[in-house]
Amino acid sequence: MPGLDALPFPLPTVQQVIFILIAGMTVTGALITALAPNLFHNALGLVLAFFGVAGVYVLLEAEFLAVSQVLIYVGAIATLITFAIMLTRGMMFGRTSSTNRLMLSTAIISALFFLVLTGLLVNVAWPEIGAELAGSEQMIADLGEMFVTTYLVPFELMALLLLAALAGAILLARD
Amino acid sequence: MVPLNWYLVLAAFIFSCGLYAALARRNAIAALMGIELMLNAVNINLVAFWRYGELVERLEGQVFALFVIAVAAAEVAVGLALIISVYRSRRTVNLDELDLLQG
Repeated sequence: MPGLDALPFPLPTVQQVIFILIAGMTVTGALITALAPNLFHNALGLVLAFFGVAGVYVLLEAEFLAVSQVLIYVGAIATLITFAIMLTRGMMFGRTSSTNRLMLSTAIISALFFLVLTGLLVNVAWPEIGAELAGSEQMIADLGEMFVTTYLVPFELMALLLLAALAGAILLARD
Repeated sequence: MVPLNWYLVLAAFIFSCGLYAALARRNAIAALMGIELMLNAVNINLVAFWRYGELVERLEGQVFALFVIAVAAAEVAVGLALIISVYRSRRTVNLDELDLLQG
């Protein structure tokens, strides 16, 4: 299209447009989580951020990880957080502010951290995209194989950790 | 083709939002949400470096990210149980008021 050649930057590809949309959703969710004064709005923003991160995984061709993200984070963790918000409802009336006295210095430090990281990241010559991936069935089979061969000990330790967390959480939250 | 540094800048932004939420919010559950945001940012970094690296057929990035997700689930469960227990005994989840150990 002749009119669009006058732009100072090249026209984005379809993949880049999709990335910008998904990244916009994730950034919106993260900002709502960090900044909204209402606690329930924070939980909803967190759910939006989790879905956005799952979209990023799909773009990176890690589909199993995207489904696991939605199942575990949205299905379990966000639900648990919502239940905990409803069980501890003392702060829902907006009498006090939602941030403590460190708010200004933390905001400055977070913004500086982000700016320093971005300044570093855009100035490095990163590698181009790697080889073509095998199909997703082959990747899931390879993932399962890695969990029981190369990463067997961390896998069993993870099971032990989850058992300990389960027992501990039940004991702590009991009457 | 999406350049790698776009993913890394996105992860840096989510990490900064999580850092702010974890440090500057009064409610304990809001601080926990900030920690979850930071863990998600780290996962984006892991998977992006896996995809754009040379050893992309070894799936190590995905395995690491799955372990991080599992550890985050365990940590959220225990953290929320702690918060509910504290709420039951002291009737507040305001982090400014939970200063029993403070000198």
